[in-house]
Amino acid sequence: MNIIDVSKLVFEYIRRDDEGNVEGITTAIDHVDMEIKQGDFVAVLGHNGSGKSTLAKHLNAILYPSEGTVWVDGKDTQEEENLIPIRKSAGMVFQNPDNQIIGQIVEEDVGFGPENLGVETKQIWERVEESLKAVGMYKYRKKSPNRLSGGQKQRVSIAGVLAMHPKCIILDEPTAMLDPSGRKEVIRAVRALNEVEGITVILITHYMEEVIHADKVYVMDKGRVEMQGTPKEIFAQVDKLRSLRLSVPQVTLLAHELKKSGVALPDGILTTQELIEELKKVR
Amino acid sequence: MPIIVDHLNCIYEAGTAMEVVALSDINLVIPDGQFIGLIGHTGSGKSSLIQHLNGLIKASSGTVYFNGEDIYDEDYDLKKLRSKVGLVFQYPEHQLFEVDVFSDVCYGPKNLGLSKKDVELRAYKALKMVGMDDEYFYQSPFDLSGGQKRRVAIAGVLAMEPEVLILDEPTAGLDPKGRDEILGLIKKLQAETGMTIILVSHSMEDVANYVDRIIVMNGGSVMLDGVPKDVFAHYKELEEVGLAAPAVTYIMQQMKEQGFDVGTDATTIAEARDEILRALGR
Repeated sequence: MNIIDVSKLVFEYIRRDDEGNVEGITTAIDHVDMEIKQGDFVAVLGHNGSGKSTLAKHLNAILYPSEGTVWVDGKDTQEEENLIPIRKSAGMVFQNPDNQIIGQIVEEDVGFGPENLGVETKQIWERVEESLKAVGMYKYRKKSPNRLSGGQKQRVSIAGVLAMHPKCIILDEPTAMLDPSGRKEVIRAVRALNEVEGITVILITHYMEEVIHADKVYVMDKGRVEMQGTPKEIFAQVDKLRSLRLSVPQVTLLAHELKKSGVALPDGILTTQELIEELKKVR
Repeated sequence: MPIIVDHLNCIYEAGTAMEVVALSDINLVIPDGQFIGLIGHTGSGKSSLIQHLNGLIKASSGTVYFNGEDIYDEDYDLKKLRSKVGLVFQYPEHQLFEVDVFSDVCYGPKNLGLSKKDVELRAYKALKMVGMDDEYFYQSPFDLSGGQKRRVAIAGVLAMEPEVLILDEPTAGLDPKGRDEILGLIKKLQAETGMTIILVSHSMEDVANYVDRIIVMNGGSVMLDGVPKDVFAHYKELEEVGLAAPAVTYIMQQMKEQGFDVGTDATTIAEARDEILRALGR
Protein backbone atom coordinates (compact mmCIF):
# COMPACT_ATOMS: atom_id res chain seq x y z
CA MET A 1 0.00 0.00 0.00
CA ASN A 2 1.14 3.55 -0.61
CA ILE A 3 1.84 5.62 2.47
CA ILE A 4 0.81 8.73 0.57
CA ASP A 5 -1.57 9.03 -2.34
CA VAL A 6 -2.31 12.36 -3.90
CA SER A 7 -4.96 12.43 -6.58
CA LYS A 8 -5.82 15.44 -8.77
CA LEU A 9 -4.96 17.81 -5.93
CA VAL A 10 -5.90 21.45 -6.45
CA PHE A 11 -5.38 24.15 -3.83
CA GLU A 12 -6.61 27.68 -4.37
CA TYR A 13 -6.56 30.60 -2.08
CA ILE A 14 -8.57 33.75 -2.37
CA ARG A 15 -6.71 37.06 -2.25
CA ARG A 16 -8.60 39.89 -0.58
CA ASP A 17 -7.89 43.63 -0.37
CA ASP A 18 -8.00 45.68 2.87
CA GLU A 19 -11.80 45.85 2.84
CA GLY A 20 -12.10 42.10 2.42
CA ASN A 21 -13.23 42.25 -1.20
CA VAL A 22 -12.04 39.40 -3.38
CA GLU A 23 -9.18 40.56 -5.62
CA GLY A 24 -8.46 37.27 -7.29
CA ILE A 25 -7.78 33.59 -6.88
CA THR A 26 -4.31 32.05 -6.85
CA THR A 27 -3.91 28.40 -7.74
CA ALA A 28 -0.99 27.23 -5.59
CA ILE A 29 -1.37 23.54 -6.45
CA ASP A 30 -2.70 22.64 -9.86
CA HIS A 31 -3.78 19.01 -10.44
CA VAL A 32 -0.95 17.15 -8.73
CA ASP A 33 -0.80 13.35 -8.62
CA MET A 34 1.72 11.60 -6.42
CA GLU A 35 2.19 8.07 -5.11
CA ILE A 36 4.73 7.45 -2.38
CA LYS A 37 5.48 3.90 -1.25
CA GLN A 38 6.23 3.04 2.39
CA GLY A 39 9.98 3.19 2.95
CA ASP A 40 10.81 5.41 -0.02
CA PHE A 41 13.10 8.44 0.08
CA VAL A 42 11.40 11.07 -2.04
CA ALA A 43 12.79 14.53 -2.80
CA VAL A 44 10.76 17.52 -3.95
CA LEU A 45 12.57 20.33 -5.81
CA GLY A 46 11.21 23.57 -7.16
CA HIS A 47 11.96 27.30 -7.12
CA ASN A 48 10.61 29.70 -4.48
CA GLY A 49 6.87 29.93 -4.96
CA SER A 50 6.53 26.75 -7.02
CA GLY A 51 4.13 25.16 -4.53
CA LYS A 52 6.43 22.76 -2.66
CA SER A 53 5.57 23.90 0.86
CA THR A 54 1.88 24.16 0.09
CA LEU A 55 2.00 20.57 -1.13
CA ALA A 56 3.88 19.48 2.01
CA LYS A 57 1.26 21.05 4.24
CA HIS A 58 -1.37 18.86 2.58
CA LEU A 59 0.54 15.73 3.55
CA ASN A 60 -0.21 16.03 7.24
CA ALA A 61 -3.51 17.84 7.02
CA ILE A 62 -2.38 21.37 7.85
CA LEU A 63 -4.10 22.41 4.61
CA TYR A 64 -7.05 20.69 2.93
CA PRO A 65 -7.58 20.27 -0.83
CA SER A 66 -9.84 22.65 -2.75
CA GLU A 67 -10.31 19.79 -5.21
CA GLY A 68 -9.00 16.23 -5.37
CA THR A 69 -7.98 14.00 -2.49
CA VAL A 70 -4.96 13.27 -0.31
CA TRP A 71 -4.73 9.94 1.50
CA VAL A 72 -2.13 9.46 4.22
CA ASP A 73 -1.72 5.83 5.23
CA GLY A 74 -5.05 5.12 3.57
CA LYS A 75 -6.89 7.93 5.37
CA ASP A 76 -8.56 10.85 3.61
CA THR A 77 -7.18 14.13 5.05
CA GLN A 78 -10.57 15.84 4.69
CA GLU A 79 -12.32 13.55 7.20
CA GLU A 80 -12.12 15.22 10.59
CA GLU A 81 -11.86 11.98 12.58
CA ASN A 82 -8.69 11.12 10.60
CA LEU A 83 -6.84 14.23 11.75
CA ILE A 84 -5.09 12.76 14.81
CA PRO A 85 -4.16 9.42 13.15
CA ILE A 86 -2.75 11.35 10.16
CA ARG A 87 -0.66 13.69 12.32
CA LYS A 88 0.64 10.53 14.04
CA SER A 89 1.64 8.79 10.83
CA ALA A 90 3.09 11.82 9.07
CA GLY A 91 5.36 14.15 11.06
CA MET A 92 6.72 17.44 9.82
CA VAL A 93 10.03 19.28 10.32
CA PHE A 94 10.31 22.93 9.29
CA GLN A 95 13.13 25.22 8.16
CA ASN A 96 13.86 27.19 11.32
CA PRO A 97 14.77 25.02 14.32
CA ASP A 98 14.14 27.93 16.70
CA ASN A 99 10.47 27.98 15.74
CA GLN A 100 9.82 24.37 16.65
CA ILE A 101 11.71 23.76 19.88
CA ILE A 102 9.72 24.54 23.02
CA GLY A 103 11.25 22.49 25.84
CA GLN A 104 13.73 23.85 28.40
CA ILE A 105 15.80 20.68 28.17
CA VAL A 106 16.38 18.54 25.08
CA GLU A 107 14.70 15.41 26.46
CA GLU A 108 11.60 17.35 27.56
CA ASP A 109 11.26 18.82 24.12
CA VAL A 110 11.41 15.40 22.48
CA GLY A 111 8.86 14.04 24.97
CA PHE A 112 6.33 16.78 24.19
CA GLY A 113 4.86 15.00 21.14
CA PRO A 114 4.22 11.57 22.65
CA GLU A 115 2.95 13.20 25.84
CA ASN A 116 0.29 14.97 23.82
CA LEU A 117 -0.66 11.70 22.20
CA GLY A 118 -1.41 10.33 25.69
CA VAL A 119 1.45 7.85 25.74
CA GLU A 120 2.28 6.37 29.17
CA THR A 121 5.10 8.09 31.05
CA LYS A 122 7.40 5.06 31.07
CA GLN A 123 6.96 4.62 27.34
CA ILE A 124 7.54 8.33 26.71
CA TRP A 125 10.99 8.04 28.28
CA GLU A 126 11.76 4.95 26.20
CA ARG A 127 10.72 6.76 23.04
CA VAL A 128 12.75 9.85 23.96
CA GLU A 129 15.81 7.69 24.46
CA GLU A 130 15.49 5.75 21.21
CA SER A 131 14.67 8.89 19.18
CA LEU A 132 17.63 10.83 20.51
CA LYS A 133 19.90 7.85 19.86
CA ALA A 134 18.60 7.54 16.29
CA VAL A 135 19.70 11.10 15.47
CA GLY A 136 22.91 10.91 17.52
CA MET A 137 21.82 13.46 20.14
CA TYR A 138 21.45 11.19 23.20
CA LYS A 139 24.44 12.62 25.02
CA TYR A 140 22.92 16.10 24.83
CA ARG A 141 19.62 14.99 26.45
CA LYS A 142 20.11 17.08 29.61
CA LYS A 143 21.25 20.23 27.79
CA SER A 144 19.30 23.38 27.07
CA PRO A 145 18.37 23.58 23.36
CA ASN A 146 19.62 27.21 23.36
CA ARG A 147 23.17 25.96 23.77
CA LEU A 148 23.09 23.73 20.68
CA SER A 149 24.28 24.48 17.15
CA GLY A 150 21.79 24.78 14.28
CA GLY A 151 22.42 21.25 13.05
CA GLN A 152 22.02 19.85 16.55
CA LYS A 153 18.79 21.78 17.11
CA GLN A 154 17.42 20.50 13.84
CA ARG A 155 18.27 16.91 14.84
CA VAL A 156 16.40 17.47 18.13
CA SER A 157 13.40 18.64 16.07
CA ILE A 158 13.63 15.44 14.04
CA ALA A 159 13.84 13.36 17.25
CA GLY A 160 10.70 15.13 18.47
CA VAL A 161 8.84 13.94 15.39
CA LEU A 162 10.39 10.48 15.64
CA ALA A 163 9.16 10.04 19.21
CA MET A 164 5.62 10.10 17.84
CA HIS A 165 6.49 6.92 15.89
CA PRO A 166 5.51 8.22 12.47
CA LYS A 167 5.57 6.12 9.32
CA CYS A 168 6.58 9.11 7.32
CA ILE A 169 8.56 12.31 7.93
CA ILE A 170 8.17 15.42 5.79
CA LEU A 171 11.09 17.85 5.97
CA ASP A 172 10.56 21.32 4.52
CA GLU A 173 14.02 22.79 3.76
CA PRO A 174 15.50 21.48 7.01
CA THR A 175 19.04 22.59 6.13
CA ALA A 176 18.41 26.07 4.69
CA MET A 177 19.73 27.86 7.78
CA LEU A 178 22.64 25.56 8.61
CA ASP A 179 26.40 25.66 8.04
CA PRO A 180 28.07 22.90 5.96
CA SER A 181 28.66 20.53 8.87
CA GLY A 182 25.15 21.11 10.20
CA ARG A 183 23.74 20.27 6.77
CA LYS A 184 25.78 17.09 6.62
CA GLU A 185 24.69 16.00 10.14
CA VAL A 186 21.03 16.47 9.37
CA ILE A 187 21.10 14.72 6.00
CA ARG A 188 23.08 11.82 7.49
CA ALA A 189 20.48 11.46 10.27
CA VAL A 190 17.62 11.57 7.78
CA ARG A 191 19.19 8.95 5.54
CA ALA A 192 19.78 6.66 8.52
CA LEU A 193 16.13 6.90 9.54
CA ASN A 194 15.14 5.92 6.05
CA GLU A 195 17.62 3.09 5.59
CA VAL A 196 17.75 1.65 9.10
CA GLU A 197 14.27 2.35 10.46
CA GLY A 198 12.47 2.14 7.14
CA ILE A 199 10.70 5.46 7.68
CA THR A 200 9.39 7.12 4.54
CA VAL A 201 11.14 10.45 3.95
CA ILE A 202 9.86 13.36 1.91
CA LEU A 203 12.61 15.98 1.66
CA ILE A 204 11.96 19.42 0.25
CA THR A 205 15.19 21.26 -0.51
CA HIS A 206 17.08 23.82 -2.59
CA TYR A 207 20.35 21.90 -2.26
CA MET A 208 20.79 19.58 -5.21
CA GLU A 209 23.56 17.57 -3.49
CA GLU A 210 21.07 16.37 -0.87
CA VAL A 211 18.92 14.69 -3.45
CA ILE A 212 21.31 12.29 -5.21
CA HIS A 213 20.47 9.32 -2.96
CA ALA A 214 16.70 9.70 -3.24
CA ASP A 215 14.60 6.91 -4.76
CA LYS A 216 12.51 9.42 -6.63
CA VAL A 217 12.62 13.15 -7.35
CA TYR A 218 9.65 15.38 -8.12
CA VAL A 219 10.27 18.83 -9.63
CA MET A 220 7.51 21.38 -9.17
CA ASP A 221 6.79 24.52 -11.17
CA LYS A 222 3.71 26.78 -11.03
CA GLY A 223 1.94 24.33 -8.74
CA ARG A 224 2.36 21.40 -11.13
CA VAL A 225 4.68 18.42 -11.19
CA GLU A 226 6.93 19.39 -14.07
CA MET A 227 9.41 16.48 -13.93
CA GLN A 228 9.62 13.20 -12.03
CA GLY A 229 12.10 10.35 -12.05
CA THR A 230 15.25 9.00 -10.47
CA PRO A 231 17.98 11.51 -9.58
CA LYS A 232 19.93 10.29 -12.60
CA GLU A 233 17.04 10.93 -14.98
CA ILE A 234 16.33 14.34 -13.48
CA PHE A 235 19.90 15.64 -13.29
CA ALA A 236 20.65 14.51 -16.84
CA GLN A 237 18.51 17.50 -17.91
CA VAL A 238 20.78 20.37 -16.90
CA ASP A 239 19.28 23.00 -19.21
CA LYS A 240 15.69 22.13 -18.37
CA LEU A 241 16.44 22.39 -14.64
CA ARG A 242 18.10 25.75 -15.20
CA SER A 243 15.00 27.00 -16.99
CA LEU A 244 13.05 26.01 -13.86
CA ARG A 245 15.42 28.19 -11.74
CA LEU A 246 17.14 25.10 -10.36
CA SER A 247 20.59 23.63 -10.69
CA VAL A 248 22.41 20.28 -10.55
CA PRO A 249 25.03 18.87 -8.15
CA GLN A 250 28.54 20.31 -8.66
CA VAL A 251 29.98 17.06 -10.06
CA THR A 252 27.10 16.81 -12.54
CA LEU A 253 27.72 20.39 -13.59
CA LEU A 254 31.45 19.73 -14.06
CA ALA A 255 30.66 16.67 -16.21
CA HIS A 256 28.20 18.74 -18.23
CA GLU A 257 30.84 21.45 -18.83
CA LEU A 258 33.42 18.83 -19.87
CA LYS A 259 30.93 17.32 -22.27
CA LYS A 260 30.27 20.73 -23.81
CA SER A 261 34.05 21.04 -24.32
CA GLY A 262 34.06 17.84 -26.35
CA VAL A 263 34.79 15.09 -23.79
CA ALA A 264 32.54 12.08 -24.46
CA LEU A 265 30.66 11.66 -21.18
CA PRO A 266 27.16 10.35 -20.48
CA ASP A 267 24.47 12.60 -18.98
CA GLY A 268 23.42 12.41 -15.35
CA ILE A 269 26.71 11.67 -13.60
CA LEU A 270 25.98 12.03 -9.87
CA THR A 271 29.12 11.05 -7.97
CA THR A 272 32.82 11.82 -8.23
CA GLN A 273 33.62 8.10 -8.62
CA GLU A 274 31.27 7.83 -11.61
CA LEU A 275 32.97 10.82 -13.23
CA ILE A 276 36.43 9.35 -12.64
CA GLU A 277 35.42 5.97 -14.11
CA GLU A 278 34.05 7.68 -17.21
CA LEU A 279 37.16 9.86 -17.57
CA LYS A 280 39.37 6.75 -17.36
CA LYS A 281 37.55 5.41 -20.42
CA VAL A 282 38.30 8.49 -22.52
CA ARG A 283 41.82 9.11 -21.24
CA MET B 1 40.12 54.76 3.44
CA PRO B 2 40.17 51.31 4.94
CA ILE B 3 38.60 49.78 8.00
CA ILE B 4 41.21 48.79 10.56
CA VAL B 5 40.29 46.40 13.34
CA ASP B 6 42.87 46.69 16.09
CA HIS B 7 43.21 44.10 18.89
CA LEU B 8 39.46 43.76 19.17
CA ASN B 9 38.08 41.69 22.05
CA CYS B 10 34.45 41.09 22.87
CA ILE B 11 33.27 39.28 25.98
CA TYR B 12 29.53 38.89 26.63
CA GLU B 13 28.36 39.04 30.25
CA ALA B 14 31.90 39.43 31.53
CA GLY B 15 32.46 38.52 35.16
CA THR B 16 29.34 36.33 35.40
CA ALA B 17 28.89 32.56 35.19
CA MET B 18 27.49 33.10 31.67
CA GLU B 19 30.69 34.74 30.39
CA VAL B 20 31.37 33.98 26.73
CA VAL B 21 34.38 35.19 24.77
CA ALA B 22 32.85 36.04 21.39
CA LEU B 23 35.91 37.67 19.81
CA SER B 24 39.50 37.48 20.93
CA ASP B 25 42.27 39.67 19.60
CA ILE B 26 41.02 40.35 16.09
CA ASN B 27 43.36 42.35 13.83
CA LEU B 28 42.25 43.07 10.29
CA VAL B 29 42.80 45.63 7.55
CA ILE B 30 39.95 45.89 5.07
CA PRO B 31 40.99 48.06 2.09
CA ASP B 32 38.52 50.00 -0.02
CA GLY B 33 36.72 48.15 -2.76
CA GLN B 34 37.61 44.63 -1.68
CA PHE B 35 35.08 41.79 -1.96
CA ILE B 36 35.51 39.71 1.18
CA GLY B 37 33.92 36.39 2.11
CA LEU B 38 33.52 35.81 5.85
CA ILE B 39 33.04 32.15 6.73
CA GLY B 40 32.86 30.11 9.91
CA HIS B 41 30.49 27.65 11.54
CA THR B 42 27.51 28.78 13.64
CA GLY B 43 28.83 30.47 16.77
CA SER B 44 32.33 31.15 15.43
CA GLY B 45 32.06 34.91 15.89
CA LYS B 46 31.09 36.10 12.38
CA SER B 47 27.97 37.95 13.47
CA SER B 48 29.70 39.47 16.49
CA LEU B 49 32.46 40.76 14.24
CA ILE B 50 30.20 42.38 11.66
CA GLN B 51 28.13 44.05 14.35
CA HIS B 52 31.30 45.70 15.65
CA LEU B 53 32.09 47.09 12.22
CA ASN B 54 29.13 49.45 12.27
CA GLY B 55 29.11 50.10 15.99
CA LEU B 56 26.09 48.03 16.99
CA ILE B 57 28.16 46.31 19.67
CA LYS B 58 30.88 48.04 21.65
CA ALA B 59 34.08 46.06 22.05
CA SER B 60 35.29 45.02 25.51
CA SER B 61 38.75 46.22 24.47
CA GLY B 62 40.57 47.20 21.29
CA THR B 63 39.07 49.43 18.65
CA VAL B 64 37.84 49.86 15.08
CA TYR B 65 39.12 52.68 12.88
CA PHE B 66 36.86 53.79 10.04
CA ASN B 67 38.34 56.29 7.57
CA GLY B 68 41.15 56.90 10.04
CA GLU B 69 38.90 57.78 12.96
CA ASP B 70 38.46 55.72 16.13
CA ILE B 71 34.74 54.86 16.27
CA TYR B 72 34.85 54.68 20.06
CA ASP B 73 36.01 58.30 20.44
CA GLU B 74 33.60 60.25 22.62
CA ASP B 75 32.71 62.75 19.91
CA TYR B 76 32.54 60.21 17.09
CA ASP B 77 29.19 60.25 15.30
CA LEU B 78 28.03 56.61 15.34
CA LYS B 79 24.89 57.50 13.41
CA LYS B 80 27.04 58.62 10.50
CA LEU B 81 29.05 55.40 10.74
CA ARG B 82 25.87 53.33 10.43
CA SER B 83 24.93 55.10 7.22
CA LYS B 84 28.45 54.54 5.83
CA VAL B 85 28.66 50.89 6.84
CA GLY B 86 25.40 49.28 5.70
CA LEU B 87 24.39 46.01 7.29
CA VAL B 88 21.92 43.67 5.58
CA PHE B 89 20.76 41.13 8.16
CA GLN B 90 19.76 37.54 7.52
CA TYR B 91 16.25 37.28 6.04
CA PRO B 92 16.16 41.10 5.61
CA GLU B 93 12.71 40.86 4.02
CA HIS B 94 11.31 40.34 7.54
CA GLN B 95 12.13 44.00 8.14
CA LEU B 96 10.00 45.33 5.28
CA PHE B 97 7.05 47.18 6.74
CA GLU B 98 5.85 50.08 4.56
CA VAL B 99 2.70 50.15 2.44
CA ASP B 100 4.61 50.15 -0.84
CA VAL B 101 8.06 49.30 -2.14
CA PHE B 102 9.10 52.90 -2.78
CA SER B 103 8.16 54.18 0.71
CA ASP B 104 10.01 51.28 2.27
CA VAL B 105 13.25 52.18 0.52
CA CYS B 106 12.72 55.88 1.41
CA TYR B 107 12.60 55.11 5.13
CA GLY B 108 16.38 55.00 5.66
CA PRO B 109 17.41 58.18 3.83
CA LYS B 110 14.38 60.01 5.30
CA ASN B 111 15.89 59.40 8.74
CA LEU B 112 19.13 61.00 7.59
CA GLY B 113 17.23 64.27 7.45
CA LEU B 114 17.56 64.80 3.69
CA SER B 115 15.07 66.81 1.66
CA LYS B 116 12.09 64.95 0.18
CA LYS B 117 13.55 65.31 -3.30
CA ASP B 118 16.92 63.87 -2.29
CA VAL B 119 15.26 61.01 -0.41
CA GLU B 120 13.20 60.05 -3.44
CA LEU B 121 16.16 60.37 -5.76
CA ARG B 122 18.20 58.02 -3.60
CA ALA B 123 15.35 55.51 -3.31
CA TYR B 124 14.88 55.56 -7.08
CA LYS B 125 18.59 55.03 -7.68
CA ALA B 126 18.78 52.21 -5.13
CA LEU B 127 15.80 50.37 -6.60
CA LYS B 128 17.32 50.68 -10.08
CA MET B 129 20.63 49.33 -8.75
CA VAL B 130 18.95 46.14 -7.55
CA GLY B 131 17.09 45.79 -10.83
CA MET B 132 13.52 46.52 -9.68
CA ASP B 133 11.31 47.88 -12.46
CA ASP B 134 9.09 50.96 -11.99
CA GLU B 135 5.97 48.81 -12.17
CA TYR B 136 6.74 47.38 -8.71
CA PHE B 137 7.32 50.72 -6.97
CA TYR B 138 3.76 51.19 -5.72
CA GLN B 139 3.02 47.57 -4.95
CA SER B 140 2.95 46.26 -1.42
CA PRO B 141 6.34 44.70 -0.66
CA PHE B 142 4.47 41.72 0.76
CA ASP B 143 3.07 40.80 -2.65
CA LEU B 144 6.54 40.25 -4.13
CA SER B 145 8.38 36.96 -4.51
CA GLY B 146 11.06 35.94 -2.00
CA GLY B 147 13.93 37.04 -4.22
CA GLN B 148 12.27 40.38 -5.04
CA LYS B 149 11.56 41.14 -1.38
CA ARG B 150 15.19 40.54 -0.60
CA ARG B 151 16.24 42.95 -3.37
CA VAL B 152 13.97 45.63 -1.98
CA ALA B 153 15.44 45.11 1.50
CA ILE B 154 18.95 45.46 0.06
CA ALA B 155 17.86 48.61 -1.79
CA GLY B 156 16.76 50.02 1.58
CA VAL B 157 20.35 49.80 2.77
CA LEU B 158 21.83 51.00 -0.56
CA ALA B 159 19.68 54.12 -0.36
CA MET B 160 21.83 55.15 2.62
CA GLU B 161 24.72 55.26 0.10
CA PRO B 162 27.09 53.19 2.22
CA GLU B 163 30.79 52.88 1.47
CA VAL B 164 30.85 49.40 2.93
CA LEU B 165 28.08 46.86 2.49
CA ILE B 166 27.94 43.87 4.84
CA LEU B 167 25.51 41.07 3.99
CA ASP B 168 24.75 38.24 6.42
CA GLU B 169 23.86 35.17 4.33
CA PRO B 170 21.93 37.07 1.68
CA THR B 171 21.06 33.89 -0.24
CA ALA B 172 19.66 31.75 2.63
CA GLY B 173 16.41 30.08 1.60
CA LEU B 174 16.54 31.16 -2.05
CA ASP B 175 16.37 28.75 -4.99
CA PRO B 176 19.57 28.24 -7.04
CA LYS B 177 18.64 30.84 -9.66
CA GLY B 178 17.68 33.30 -6.93
CA ARG B 179 21.06 32.72 -5.29
CA ASP B 180 22.92 33.43 -8.53
CA GLU B 181 20.83 36.55 -9.14
CA ILE B 182 21.53 38.07 -5.72
CA LEU B 183 25.26 37.25 -5.85
CA GLY B 184 25.53 38.55 -9.44
CA LEU B 185 23.86 41.74 -8.27
CA ILE B 186 26.32 42.18 -5.39
CA LYS B 187 29.29 41.58 -7.70
CA LYS B 188 27.92 44.17 -10.13
CA LEU B 189 27.44 46.72 -7.34
CA GLN B 190 31.02 46.21 -6.24
CA ALA B 191 32.38 46.58 -9.77
CA GLU B 192 30.30 49.66 -10.62
CA THR B 193 30.46 51.63 -7.37
CA GLY B 194 33.76 50.42 -5.90
CA MET B 195 31.93 49.64 -2.67
CA THR B 196 33.66 47.37 -0.15
CA ILE B 197 31.62 44.17 0.28
CA ILE B 198 31.71 41.74 3.18
CA LEU B 199 29.70 38.62 2.44
CA VAL B 200 28.90 36.19 5.25
CA SER B 201 28.15 32.84 3.69
CA HIS B 202 27.78 29.14 4.42
CA SER B 203 28.25 28.21 0.77
CA MET B 204 31.87 27.50 -0.08
CA GLU B 205 30.98 27.40 -3.79
CA ASP B 206 29.53 30.91 -3.67
CA VAL B 207 32.53 32.23 -1.81
CA ALA B 208 34.95 30.58 -4.26
CA ASN B 209 33.08 32.03 -7.23
CA TYR B 210 32.75 35.62 -6.14
CA VAL B 211 35.20 36.94 -3.56
CA ASP B 212 38.78 38.30 -3.68
CA ARG B 213 39.64 37.33 -0.12
CA ILE B 214 38.34 34.91 2.49
CA ILE B 215 38.45 35.41 6.25
CA VAL B 216 37.78 32.23 8.24
CA MET B 217 36.57 32.63 11.83
CA ASN B 218 36.81 29.93 14.47
CA GLY B 219 36.22 30.18 18.21
CA GLY B 220 36.20 33.97 18.08
CA SER B 221 39.56 34.28 16.30
CA VAL B 222 40.67 34.67 12.71
CA MET B 223 41.85 31.20 11.68
CA LEU B 224 42.75 31.82 8.04
CA ASP B 225 42.89 34.91 5.85
CA GLY B 226 43.85 34.95 2.18
CA VAL B 227 42.80 34.49 -1.44
CA PRO B 228 40.31 31.64 -2.00
CA LYS B 229 42.90 29.28 -3.49
CA ASP B 230 45.23 29.56 -0.51
CA VAL B 231 42.46 29.28 2.07
CA PHE B 232 40.85 26.24 0.45
CA ALA B 233 44.24 24.50 0.22
CA HIS B 234 43.78 24.09 4.00
CA TYR B 235 40.64 22.02 3.46
CA LYS B 236 41.54 19.47 6.16
CA GLU B 237 41.73 22.22 8.80
CA LEU B 238 38.51 23.73 7.47
CA GLU B 239 36.73 20.38 7.91
CA GLU B 240 37.90 20.18 11.51
CA VAL B 241 36.02 23.40 12.24
CA GLY B 242 32.80 22.38 10.49
CA LEU B 243 33.57 23.95 7.10
CA ALA B 244 34.75 22.47 3.81
CA ALA B 245 36.34 23.29 0.49
CA PRO B 246 34.13 23.70 -2.60
CA ALA B 247 32.95 20.38 -4.05
CA VAL B 248 35.30 20.64 -7.06
CA THR B 249 38.38 20.74 -4.82
CA TYR B 250 37.44 17.27 -3.55
CA ILE B 251 36.78 16.02 -7.07
CA MET B 252 40.28 17.08 -8.15
CA GLN B 253 41.78 15.53 -5.04
CA GLN B 254 40.08 12.19 -5.72
CA MET B 255 41.15 12.27 -9.39
CA LYS B 256 44.76 12.80 -8.42
CA GLU B 257 44.61 9.92 -5.94
CA GLN B 258 43.37 7.67 -8.74
CA GLY B 259 46.22 8.44 -11.06
CA PHE B 260 45.17 11.52 -13.03
CA ASP B 261 47.89 14.12 -13.50
CA VAL B 262 45.85 17.08 -12.27
CA GLY B 263 46.53 20.02 -9.98
CA THR B 264 44.26 20.09 -6.94
CA ASP B 265 43.88 23.80 -6.32
CA ALA B 266 40.80 24.42 -8.51
CA THR B 267 37.97 26.06 -6.55
CA THR B 268 35.46 26.78 -9.32
CA ILE B 269 33.81 24.62 -11.98
CA ALA B 270 35.55 26.55 -14.78
CA GLU B 271 39.00 26.05 -13.26
CA ALA B 272 38.34 22.34 -12.70
CA ARG B 273 37.11 21.94 -16.28
CA ASP B 274 40.20 23.63 -17.73
CA GLU B 275 42.53 21.59 -15.54
CA ILE B 276 40.89 18.28 -16.51
CA LEU B 277 40.94 19.24 -20.20
CA ARG B 278 44.64 20.03 -19.87
CA ALA B 279 45.32 16.67 -18.17
CA LEU B 280 43.42 14.87 -20.93
CA GLY B 281 45.53 16.68 -23.49
CA ARG B 282 42.61 18.47 -25.16
